[in-house]
Amino acid sequence: MAFSLDAEREQELSRILARYPNKQAACIPMLHLCQSANGNWLSDEVIGFVAERLDLSTAHVKGVVTFYSLLNDKPTGQHQLWVCRTLSCALRGSGDILSHCEKRLKIHAGETTADGNVTLQTAECLAACAGAPMLQVDQTYHENLTLEAVDAILDRLTQRG
Amino acid sequence: MLKQTDYISKNYDKPDSFKLALYEASGGYRAARKALAMPREAVVEEVKKAHIRGRGGAGFDCGTKWSFMPKESKKPHYLVVNADEGEPGTIKDRTIMERNPHLLIEGCIIGCHAIGANVCYIYVRHELHLAKERLWGAIAEAKAKGYLGERPLGKAFPIEIYVHTGAGAYICGEETALLNSLEGKRGEPRLKPPFPAQAGAFGCPTSVNNVETVAAVTLALELGGDAFSRLSALHEFNDGGVRLYGVSGHVKRPGVYEAAVGLTLRELIYDLGGGILGDRPMLGVIPGGSSCPILLPDELVHVPGDARFAPYEGKSVLDLPMGVDTMRNVGTMLGTCCAIVLSDEADPVLACRNLMAFYKHESCGQCTPCREGCGWLDGILDKIVAGKASLEELDLISEVASNVSGNTICAFGDGMAGPMLAFVRKFRGAFEDYILNGGQHQTRRLAL
Repeated sequence: MAFSLDAEREQELSRILARYPNKQAACIPMLHLCQSANGNWLSDEVIGFVAERLDLSTAHVKGVVTFYSLLNDKPTGQHQLWVCRTLSCALRGSGDILSHCEKRLKIHAGETTADGNVTLQTAECLAACAGAPMLQVDQTYHENLTLEAVDAILDRLTQRG
Repeated sequence: MLKQTDYISKNYDKPDSFKLALYEASGGYRAARKALAMPREAVVEEVKKAHIRGRGGAGFDCGTKWSFMPKESKKPHYLVVNADEGEPGTIKDRTIMERNPHLLIEGCIIGCHAIGANVCYIYVRHELHLAKERLWGAIAEAKAKGYLGERPLGKAFPIEIYVHTGAGAYICGEETALLNSLEGKRGEPRLKPPFPAQAGAFGCPTSVNNVETVAAVTLALELGGDAFSRLSALHEFNDGGVRLYGVSGHVKRPGVYEAAVGLTLRELIYDLGGGILGDRPMLGVIPGGSSCPILLPDELVHVPGDARFAPYEGKSVLDLPMGVDTMRNVGTMLGTCCAIVLSDEADPVLACRNLMAFYKHESCGQCTPCREGCGWLDGILDKIVAGKASLEELDLISEVASNVSGNTICAFGDGMAGPMLAFVRKFRGAFEDYILNGGQHQTRRLAL
């Protein structure tokens, strides 16, 4: 079945388009909208859909998708787990947090668990240095981490499946 | 002279700090009422008197920037707020958006009027979901009260504010990259000129300002420009007002603190930050985000021929009031005024490598010197840490970094090269130790 947006997301798209003097400016917000509607990634079909709706070339949209790290041009896990690796977090032990996640999930950073549940990645500074070490799960920040706190986060993530 | 203030942060710890009711109970939206009753030029003059130096890192005077906007123009004008906070160590804008969003929204209303813009975009990095939610909520509340829309606060000058999100790219904090990203393109910086005030968003006159800068405009209008400026210890440097200070790394109380401009690094680290973890000596401090060269505690202020620096001559750089022009004169930058502190147990070579990996990841790839240079430096540092590099390669670091500096479209290259060169110059012994002895004498750890 061809990719399309449900009625609610179509309404959101109309609201997005109304904010800008041209359609192209809606490109990144629309890609986020479509990504959330498509299991958190942007297939060539979705990219074509965005291009057509915004009167852009697919090359332009693909160029945008490949530029930004939060637009996924490959399938990804159901949940996203980012461990901040940049200096302030590194000074407070983010290296240990990352290896703990890798050990518990039995994957390396950049990989997805075999069941497709969690994708583990390192993140560059997430503007939460005062709460270092920190990680982000989907839309939520977790700061001032200990290994016990990480265990609790991972327990919830792996149990809810 | 530690002078903590609470103009921005007074309600930070209250659960309803992001709501309009609490904001108005503390005097909110009085400044916008005042500003919208003034002629546009008078608002810009008031902001000039406040000496608000750009809080996003470059330190450019906000009122001066606004005065570059055309007086008459057939094209629409835009105010774009840079909320793409992501410079390592920088943690202040997020607190405003999450805990006092109306201060920013009020500043946007004042700013739109001052530069003749009917539309303001707040460009928030995608990861800051709570910040976006709080901003949309504040916009809805302000709109419901008639502070935004067709007749904001009764004035016949429509103002709309929209939150726009990025998609994960540090470079979009650079103002012209941000504009390209806002326009739905790859976030690659543009050549200047034209400057955004001539041709910015959608080819129209645009002012791009940092979140905290715009928030400070609200305070300047509320208190009066001159009174706001005089809160600062560096009023005579034309560096006015109060600001948020971040401190992270090896300190006991990392956090965001508000104080008058001109706090010293020693006050930030030891008084507000609680001192170094384990009461260790300090190795060094990166004063304002990763693009600012690191300072060592035994470096001294030496600025001959400038009377304003006389009181600090010969003192530790830690005792120099932090300001845009003061820090520039001791070989670093104020940046975003957020210090990253390293204790003497941290390994400077690993710290340097950590930051260069960041720059390699975030270089947009548009300019060859930066794209290739960041990769080379990251590669050499990996070799050094692995104990496989030669002393010639240590000199190659300086050569590569120097060749990036000044040879790129935007300031990213300089923001990478300056800190890199400072690390090698100030910690040469530690780098050589890795090369000659495999780093045997280092702790080889960053975390304590």
